[in-house]
Amino acid sequence: MNESAIVIEHLSKKYQDVNALDDLSLQVAKGELFGLLGPNGAGKTTTINILCGLLKPSSGDAKICGYDVQKDPAKVKELIGVCIQETAIYPYLTGAENVDLFGNLHAMDKAALNNRRVLLLKKLGLSEDAKRRAGKYSGGMKRRLSLILALIHDPQIAFLDEPTVAMDPQSRHAVWDFLKELKKENKTLILTTHYMEEAEELCDRVGIIDHGKLIALGTPQELISQNKVKNLEEVFIKLTGRNIREES
Amino acid sequence: MKAQRILALTKKELKKTIREPAVLFMIFLFPIVFVFAFGASFGGAGSSQAVYNIGVVNADSSGSNPASSQLLLNALIDTKILNLQVYADNQTAQTDLSQGKIQAVMVIPSSFSQSLTSYQAAPNNPAQWINATISLYLDKGSLVATQAVPPIIQKTLTAVAGQNQQAPASPFHLETASLVEVNAPSALDFIAPGMFTFASIFLIMMVGQSFAQDRENGMMKRIRITPTTPTEFMASQVISYMGIALIQAALVFVMTYALGFKPDVGVPAYAFAFILVLVFSLSNVGFGLITATIAKSPGAATGISFLFVLPQLFLGTFVGASLSSGAQVAGKFVPSYYVTDALTSLFLRGAALTSPTILLDFVAVSVSCVAILAVGIMLYARYYKI
Repeated sequence: MNESAIVIEHLSKKYQDVNALDDLSLQVAKGELFGLLGPNGAGKTTTINILCGLLKPSSGDAKICGYDVQKDPAKVKELIGVCIQETAIYPYLTGAENVDLFGNLHAMDKAALNNRRVLLLKKLGLSEDAKRRAGKYSGGMKRRLSLILALIHDPQIAFLDEPTVAMDPQSRHAVWDFLKELKKENKTLILTTHYMEEAEELCDRVGIIDHGKLIALGTPQELISQNKVKNLEEVFIKLTGRNIREES
Repeated sequence: MKAQRILALTKKELKKTIREPAVLFMIFLFPIVFVFAFGASFGGAGSSQAVYNIGVVNADSSGSNPASSQLLLNALIDTKILNLQVYADNQTAQTDLSQGKIQAVMVIPSSFSQSLTSYQAAPNNPAQWINATISLYLDKGSLVATQAVPPIIQKTLTAVAGQNQQAPASPFHLETASLVEVNAPSALDFIAPGMFTFASIFLIMMVGQSFAQDRENGMMKRIRITPTTPTEFMASQVISYMGIALIQAALVFVMTYALGFKPDVGVPAYAFAFILVLVFSLSNVGFGLITATIAKSPGAATGISFLFVLPQLFLGTFVGASLSSGAQVAGKFVPSYYVTDALTSLFLRGAALTSPTILLDFVAVSVSCVAILAVGIMLYARYYKI
């Protein structure tokens, strides 16, 4: 494996009597597009929240590009971009103003921010709507804007928590193309999704977690082959005993 | 700490205030509309049974028959409405009047006893009377005092002289000295200082709603993922709401000025008033944060905010002047009381910026507002990450 961008060692998170994460260990290489799959409540978002510094683990360690997420949260926040599950945008700001706000929160240089804003808005098809209030956007447009806010500062590592949920097929494919471009730029991407075809199409490797434990890890083809099924969705059903769409 | 982040968040907050119709109404229009409505309702004098503190400078006490002026003072005490405080000289009494410690100063002239004796000796022969003028200086910051105190003194004076109520003349002339010097104050003059305080109070609701909403829709989480520090974030919020408070105060000032509120004070006094309102806004941000800590949703924040809005509003602004004496004592536990008191002393009583009352009010506002803001930040940070 190449140099690791993310190293997770024996990570556990307990909420009272519930183990949201149970001794999770995992490594993600630099430039890898890694899919984190699992039923609702399996521990995907908990894992991402710990890696972003939003949650403290009960035990275990996690490092981003060698920086401990608990000990060096400021450094980690400079390296990562996170597209959170909620469509979190300021509705009273225009699309461009939302982008500029988060660029400034990342202390971007004005010229760099302008260039990056123009580029991302164009790539995700929001250039023409950039001056409209974000509150007037459709659901798919808001999700695309949310993705731009996560990536405005050109992070080395991006956590994308269900970035294509509730998107129409056109928007979803636009995002897929964009993620493929990011991969070509050697960005490390962690993708959680409920769409198995999305994971199969995009991910170099996937990890399936259930009840906070990693129950499968490998490339989509390896997992399909190991489980002697036709596709990743069948792998998922076979391993978790649940249909992911029914869970959502 | 990066100014770029603070500036970006501050701009965002100000854009929200301008672009969200509900916020715009609540922050700017509602206080103005409410002040007009309340101003009209409270235009007349209150019917409070409060006791007024009256300073007495008795020049007559050194005269030949001091018992005469003492008769008047005893009669005034017997009214149970006036609480007399005797001063050795007019200057000391005026100082206390300008700082709101007393509501009026009555100066009994040295000729009072002689005047009373002359009247009682020949009640029907004005040519034999020795005239005496009792000067009365009233607290121009108290609508109730200016309207209630002179008739009480006049009536008591008449009774002490043994004068028939219907008598067309007497040797005693009660001159309301301070009111002679200026135009008669309007109801607006009395409520204007409280208006400055009033406008900013609704920031509590806006801060509570804003934090609860940003938490609910994931914006707080999104900001926490950026390198923005809690200090930068809170600084941006405090600066934003102080800016809004400044705009509110300016709007209220322009409005009241246009309506005729033109206190005879200099630029430093106006500057001090704006500084006081700025400092006061800190407490509203603090109360807003406490509201946001308790509230689970923006809707709940609206309701909970009234727990803090109403006491500040009713006990500490122009509304409080017409409340019972008990409620006025309770007002001393809310920061808005000290803001209104300082502004009243400054604009209406003509107190100097360096006078003890103004300075003490400023210290009370500063200490309480910073403490409330600190408690708000600590509580919010304890239950929700910033």
